Amino acid sequence: MDPSTLADNAARLATEAAALAEKTAGLAQDATQVALTQTAGAGDPFVFLFTVFVLACFIGYYVVWSVTPALHSPLMAVTNAISSVIIVGALIAAGPGDWNLSKIFGFIAVILASVNIFGGFIVTQRMLAMYRAKK
Amino acid sequence: MSASLTAFAYLVASVCFIMALRGLSSPKSARMGNIFGIVGMIIAILTTVALPSVTSFDAIVIGIAIGGAIGAVIALKIAMTALPQLVAAFHSLVGLAAVLVAGAAFFSPEAYGIGTVGHIHTGSLIEMSIGTAIGAITFTGSIIAFGKLQGLVTGKPLVFKGQHMINLGLGIALVLVVVWLAATESSTAFWLLIALSLIIGVTLILPIGGADMPVVVSMLNSYSGWAAAGIGFTLANPALIVVGALVGSSGAILSYIMCKGMNRSFFNVILGGFGGETAAPGMDDLGDRTVRQGSAEDAAFIMEQANSVIIIPGYGMAVAQAQHALAEMVSVLEEKGVRVRYAIHPVAGRMPGHMNVLLAEANVPYDDVLELDEINSDFASTDVTFVIGANDVTNPAAKTDKSSPIYGMPVFNLDESGTVLFIKRSLASGYAGIDNPLFYKDNTMMLFDDAKKMCENIVKSLKGGGH
Repeated sequence: MDPSTLADNAARLATEAAALAEKTAGLAQDATQVALTQTAGAGDPFVFLFTVFVLACFIGYYVVWSVTPALHSPLMAVTNAISSVIIVGALIAAGPGDWNLSKIFGFIAVILASVNIFGGFIVTQRMLAMYRAKK
Repeated sequence: MSASLTAFAYLVASVCFIMALRGLSSPKSARMGNIFGIVGMIIAILTTVALPSVTSFDAIVIGIAIGGAIGAVIALKIAMTALPQLVAAFHSLVGLAAVLVAGAAFFSPEAYGIGTVGHIHTGSLIEMSIGTAIGAITFTGSIIAFGKLQGLVTGKPLVFKGQHMINLGLGIALVLVVVWLAATESSTAFWLLIALSLIIGVTLILPIGGADMPVVVSMLNSYSGWAAAGIGFTLANPALIVVGALVGSSGAILSYIMCKGMNRSFFNVILGGFGGETAAPGMDDLGDRTVRQGSAEDAAFIMEQANSVIIIPGYGMAVAQAQHALAEMVSVLEEKGVRVRYAIHPVAGRMPGHMNVLLAEANVPYDDVLELDEINSDFASTDVTFVIGANDVTNPAAKTDKSSPIYGMPVFNLDESGTVLFIKRSLASGYAGIDNPLFYKDNTMMLFDDAKKMCENIVKSLKGGGH
């Protein structure tokens, strides 16, 4: 074997080794990322959303029990107003430039939710403005 | 706006919504709470409009302008006595909006990142169908509740034969359609789901009587929240999920409080049929008893002499729009040195807290308005109890007569009170269709007239008969 072929082979081996090393580094990075996501517990997005939902139910339970019975009517009116945050879904549907069935649905839903948002908050404000303490 | 910033903005909005409910723990902090709610809503809307997928604003601006104008006009003009109807009508809008958003997501899933037409993720389809079904039930159910409260649909429970079987059948069919939809993404299944849910909303609420409406309105409040949460899962939007959970639990707790106030189970109310035109049990053996009838002058004289008076308002006061006349009567009495307080039963009126709002409207300070538990031990030391527009909540049969339909319901201890003045248009039984033995007691004086007219006449004679 002449020295030039030997040198060629050595060079090829060296580049292959370098490429392999790079691949290993990439794999290691992937592995750490996978490990990180798993420790963070993100998993399926549904599980994350469900966690939010369950915790919010508990917050709702404790917050609503602390509402004084005298304000149960304003409570209904204001929950009515904030449940119209469903408008975010309607805005996404009404957002694209072209009119199609979804955009029509979105447009109507924006109107309905807006009636509720303005109506709900204003009527709550009207009610609360009437409550006064003893002089 | 980056995805993280968007998520953060939704978090801020969610916190604002929690603060809005937290504010209602006292009338002092409540107005601030409402402002938190408005701020949260503005943040949520602006964040959504700033999303890259929202490119055209004409439909959005026009929609908000039309809806906002309608909502503002209605809210500014509505009479406080009509609040229950208004709230029911607003619930129906949330329900319909949920159905429409689900429809938009079904026909343009790519806009919501849940797949493409024909390939929507199964999980998203299930979430969507739950949101749609609850939304549609809320929509028609609230319309029926609105009709009953407004007097467009009879307040009597409409019971028909095999009604529970029909509801059960519809419920099973609904579950099957959800399975069909999740498996095939068929648009026929989607429309069928909406149709079935709309029918269930009607058949569910029709059999429930008018005076059970506080429970129904609270329940529909709860449903509108769960519908919003269902859509929140489809949209993967935490703000919507948080609000849905808050509203859902709020409505559920209110329903629970209302049911407890009537000593009935939630299912008993939902199955309906209570408080119809049934013959009053025990009416015969009360036939020969007599009632003591009085005039406005008699009532004025009795209350003038009293040290303390407790007023028990009920739905009849709202119907007669008597809250202002009543408040005037009370202020005249207070000028004469009589201590006057109000006692509110949890189920008085047609929605939770209905009486408190009406009294607040008539400028009654909220520290004079007490709950059943707070005041029930004070009747023994009270000279006069003045019942205006209430009936069943004063019925002693709830404590003594095991065969009474309202047995076990918490009632005011009027048997311990001094004189009881009872305004009523006639001797007819209350909504529960049962006679009230309180009418025939020796220390009860019946004032037969319209509640508002009677209060005005008492004021006249209090002022005229002054020294």
